[in-house]
Amino acid sequence: MTDETPPEENVDVDEKREALLISFSEILGEDLVESHLRANEDLWLRIRSESWQDSTRAVQSAGFEYFGFLSAIDWEIAPEGRYEDTEFDGGLDEEDDEPVEIDSSTGYAGGESRFQILAQFYSLSQQVGVILKTDVGEDMTIDTIRDIFPGADWHERETYEMFGISFRGHPTLQPLYLPTEFEGHPLRKDFPLLARQVKPWPGVVDIEEIPEHLEAQLEAEVMAAFEANGGAS
Amino acid sequence: MTATSDREQMAYISSQAADARVNVELDTGDMTLNIGPQHPATHGTLRIACQLDGEQVIRAEPMMGYMHRGYEKLCEVRTYPQCTTLINRIDWLGSFANEVPFILAAERLMEVEAPPRAQWIRTILFELSRVANLALFLGDMGVQIGALTPVFFAFRDRERVLNQIEEVTGGRFHPNFDRIGGLKDDIPKGWIEETRSVMVKMRTFCDEMEDLLVGNEIFQARCRGVGVIPPEVALGYGLSGANLRASGVDWDLRRDANPGLAWDQIEWRVWTHPDGDSFARYWVRLQETREATHMVDQLLDGIPSGPIMAKVPRIIKVPAGEAYVSTENPLGEMGYYVVSKGDLGPFRVKIRTPSFNNISIVPWVMKGVYVPDVITILGSLYFILGDIDR
Amino acid sequence: MTTLLALPYWQETGIKLGLALVIIPTTSLILVYLFLFKMMAFMQSRLGPNDTGPYGTLQLIAEAIKFLQKEDIHPAQADRRVFRMAPVVVLGSTFLLYVILPAGPDAVVENLDTGIFYAMAVSSLSVLGILMAGWSSANKYALLGGLRAAGQLIAYELPLILAVMGVVIQAETLNLQGIVVAQATGEIFGFGGIGNPFIFTQFLAFLIFMIAAQAELTQTPFDMPVAETELVGGFHIEYTGFRFLLFFMAEFGTAFAFAALASVMFLGGWWIPGFDVDDNILNVLGPGVMLGKILLISFFIFWVRFTYPRLREDQLQKFAWKVLIPLSLANIVLTGIFKVVF
Repeated sequence: MTDETPPEENVDVDEKREALLISFSEILGEDLVESHLRANEDLWLRIRSESWQDSTRAVQSAGFEYFGFLSAIDWEIAPEGRYEDTEFDGGLDEEDDEPVEIDSSTGYAGGESRFQILAQFYSLSQQVGVILKTDVGEDMTIDTIRDIFPGADWHERETYEMFGISFRGHPTLQPLYLPTEFEGHPLRKDFPLLARQVKPWPGVVDIEEIPEHLEAQLEAEVMAAFEANGGAS
Repeated sequence: MTATSDREQMAYISSQAADARVNVELDTGDMTLNIGPQHPATHGTLRIACQLDGEQVIRAEPMMGYMHRGYEKLCEVRTYPQCTTLINRIDWLGSFANEVPFILAAERLMEVEAPPRAQWIRTILFELSRVANLALFLGDMGVQIGALTPVFFAFRDRERVLNQIEEVTGGRFHPNFDRIGGLKDDIPKGWIEETRSVMVKMRTFCDEMEDLLVGNEIFQARCRGVGVIPPEVALGYGLSGANLRASGVDWDLRRDANPGLAWDQIEWRVWTHPDGDSFARYWVRLQETREATHMVDQLLDGIPSGPIMAKVPRIIKVPAGEAYVSTENPLGEMGYYVVSKGDLGPFRVKIRTPSFNNISIVPWVMKGVYVPDVITILGSLYFILGDIDR
Repeated sequence: MTTLLALPYWQETGIKLGLALVIIPTTSLILVYLFLFKMMAFMQSRLGPNDTGPYGTLQLIAEAIKFLQKEDIHPAQADRRVFRMAPVVVLGSTFLLYVILPAGPDAVVENLDTGIFYAMAVSSLSVLGILMAGWSSANKYALLGGLRAAGQLIAYELPLILAVMGVVIQAETLNLQGIVVAQATGEIFGFGGIGNPFIFTQFLAFLIFMIAAQAELTQTPFDMPVAETELVGGFHIEYTGFRFLLFFMAEFGTAFAFAALASVMFLGGWWIPGFDVDDNILNVLGPGVMLGKILLISFFIFWVRFTYPRLREDQLQKFAWKVLIPLSLANIVLTGIFKVVF
């Protein structure tokens, strides 16, 4: 990525992560469904849901003792388009009234379900991090890793209240942020953001367009001022 | 008592304890005390329900959410530049530092790199916000312990740093200055000299704090041995920042994870302390503040010239992918996991905030301490409510 | 005064009482303004009140008016009678303290022979008032504050009294005027110019007295009962308006009284070198001299208050029982030995 770094360093870090990937394949065996490696950046591993607890324990024994975070991703595309009023809508389907496009396979290390658990751990000795993902089945339950990483306690509570994923074996799965009377799971894509429904996203519409005949003149003025200040000081 | 009935009882206690009534119908001998949500010691609206036996805490449970603003959901419906206006309100004392990991994650996905000048100035602003944030901590810890005067000095000297940040970015607390590909503007003339003199004053301030608080026998008696966190527990809970380094773990993301700013081009050191108690946490932050002022001096000496912004399209569309970038923010490790599906805004942003993990250790560390120690430990763990609640 | 005006006993007492009642709020006013408002502000590099009156001198009067016009409320669960009595008890002990403070050879409300003993006894009444306030407030924070206060104040009574014993042994009298006279007529190694202020010979007792007084006044570093960042006000958390003003006045009035006691016992009271002990002029100059010495001692009390953090309750108790009491006992033994030998 950096053009100042000599290529050997690139290859070095690559080697570190690739060696890590190989050792993980040996340790986890069949539990490792898929993986993704981005050089110099991160290593993604997708774990089989049934062995989530054992795999996490194995990862911890491999030296990854630092608990980063645990959360979830909902791969459903939100039914209300975000950029209804903009002309730059480039990534989503035009037919926004056809909801529920779930495609978790576009995520790194693939996926087969709508919800995926996401966890990140660091290894201080090897100075590298690993991101674990696992699918959550229709029953919306998965094992807790609270006994392995005590910090996961609160993260799992938050994931439960935000997504509705319950954690088997967690003793106090109570809401963390939301008041007790709150219904629903906010971070799911089908949970409507009321502000967006009441008022469609203003986006570009809020700003008055610069009239075309003035736009060129304005740009020329800005460039002139920029040059007059001697460019970047 | 089974775990569930404990839970129910705790919920009952918590709902009752909002009134100022002594709960005589529950366990005899135990008293439930609510620290917060309005309390001078919690930096914001945090509520800790403590079950006390006399003055000893049997169980302490933090309850938060009074300030939950739903940033992760809000970011999903905003474009990337619009997200930065939101996220620099997460840790409102460490102004500029909040935006950096998010921008770096977006840049990583776009495979764009900011020019060296922008990277250096980003690092300078990052370290300045660290100085401002920790300066407040140094004074505030005194107030928690009872020394009323140092915090005024902290506020007075912190203003100088905030003035410097304001001169560059236009905002003291919420700069909204980082852009994908670089920075919004360049630094004004004369700023480098002013910042150098401000750093000298901040070093004097650190010496003052050392005289007033660190050497004070009462401060040491209140802090030494209080709230000891062994390193394995710290790792398991995901403690970060000075809390982790005060337990003896030598881990600093600026040196070890290398997100790409200018830290590897200057000389600096990581401070650790073996004790893991409240005094260690204060001491480590004091040294870090001094170290940050030295880093700013070195950075100011070597700013490269060049453009301040890389060539990025006017309408930013980040290609599909996922990226996780975390940096060593003043409070600890702040990270953003950005999932992009190739359009104008992120698909999912998971914000990993340091205070969330730092405070999750409270139930573990508060067993058996006295009520005054609760305040000491909370003060030394140093959290910001916006960071916990997002 | 009895030599100037031959007034009947009741009229004289009436005048003295009236003066005392006026002086007590005034003294707390002076202390609050000078030290709490201005000195604290300057120490913290800010200005303090400077709007109301010249240099902010009328600030406390403005605050008193503000307190007086507030609504008289109390918590629903509070024990009403005890809740109302508590500040009166605390303030009452302050008023009783002022009875024996001498401002001149004859300028004292009542020159009791058991001066110091009476002062110590009466100042302990405030513990009762604080406990009453803490318990009757029906608030857990107040209860914690009241219990802490009870433990602390009773623990620090002992060093206070034992420190005073040293002075009493040296002066051979409990009478406050007698103590002043003993210092005025004493000599240091044969030099009688400045008398013999007991601060030189009883320096240890002076230190212990100041520390114990700081604790008796619940000032930092001993302000566990009122720990603001923990208990948000401790025992007086539920008091507003006039009742809070009573607590406030009691705190600073007692500070003034303790500083007066310290200046009488250790600094020589209303006597200054160059005058005879019986001079009538000292009845006029005496108050001024006393005020000066009291301000000097109060300065130290408040200086320590604004600088140090607070000790935890158990550390506080350890300090009293394991350090201060043995030291003060040693001081008594030494004083006794020196008294007999020299």
